[in-house]
Amino acid sequence: MSLVSRYLEENGVPTVVIGSARDIVEQCGVSRFVFTDFPLGNPVGKPGDSDMQKAILEMGFNLLESAAFARTTVQAPFVWNAEDDVSWRKSFMEFE
Amino acid sequence: MSLYTPSHRIAVSYIDKSRELYLHRGFGNPYRWASHANAPFAKLNKPLSECTVAVVTTAVPDEDAGSKRKLWSAPCNAIPENLFTQHLSWHKTETHMDDLGSFLPLAHLKDAAEQGRIGSLGSRFYGIRTTFSQRQTVQEDGPAVLEMVRQDQVDAVVLIPI
Repeated sequence: MSLVSRYLEENGVPTVVIGSARDIVEQCGVSRFVFTDFPLGNPVGKPGDSDMQKAILEMGFNLLESAAFARTTVQAPFVWNAEDDVSWRKSFMEFE
Repeated sequence: MSLYTPSHRIAVSYIDKSRELYLHRGFGNPYRWASHANAPFAKLNKPLSECTVAVVTTAVPDEDAGSKRKLWSAPCNAIPENLFTQHLSWHKTETHMDDLGSFLPLAHLKDAAEQGRIGSLGSRFYGIRTTFSQRQTVQEDGPAVLEMVRQDQVDAVVLIPI
C-alpha cells in the first residue's frame, strides 16, 4: 500500500496513509502518515466507535492540508483499551 | 479511564515480528520490506473542501476474490455492508472486522462531503492486492490505481492498509 502511495505522489497526486504498522510504512517512506497504535485491522478506529473513526479520518484530512514535507507522521491519540492492557502487542505472530 | 491519550509513543515492529516468524518456520531468507532513503511529496493544489477524495483498501468483496487477489474497484454510491478480510494478517484473537468504518470509512467520507469538509467522495473506491512481489505493486497496481484516479478526477487519495 505504501508503494502505491509513493507511485501516486510521484505522479502528482497527494496522499495520506492511515495505518497501524508504523515501521513498515515509515521504512517504505510515504508523504503523510496517520499512525494508529492498535492491533492490525482497525486503523481508522475501534469497531463500533464512530466518533473515534471520524476523529482519525479528520487527522488524515488535516495532514493532507497541513503537511509541509514528506515523511510527516502523526499519531492518533488513542489507546486500544481503557485498562491500557498492551498484551496484544505480544500476542500477534507469537510462536512457541 | 478514557481511551484518549496524548502521550503514547511506542510501536510494535512488524518487520521484526515477521522476520522472527519466518526464521522460526525455517525460511532462511526472510521477506525484505520495501525501504527508501527518500519519499516523494505532492502538494494539495486547492482547498480540501473543493477536492474529490478517493480511498484505497486491501479488503476484497468476498472469499473467492481473496484467493484470486486481483485489483478491483466498486462504486461508492452503494456502500457495502462489509468486505472480506479473513485472508489478511489482522490480529484475529484481539479484534474483529465487523465494522467497515474501522478500516474503510466510506460512510464517514460521505458525511465529510455532505458537511463540506471535502469537496466530494470519489465515484469509486479501489482495492489493491497484498502481494510479496513489490515489482507487481509498483509496475502494475500503482499505474492501474493512477489511471482510475485520473478517470475519476480524484484530487487526493486516502490509503488504508489492513
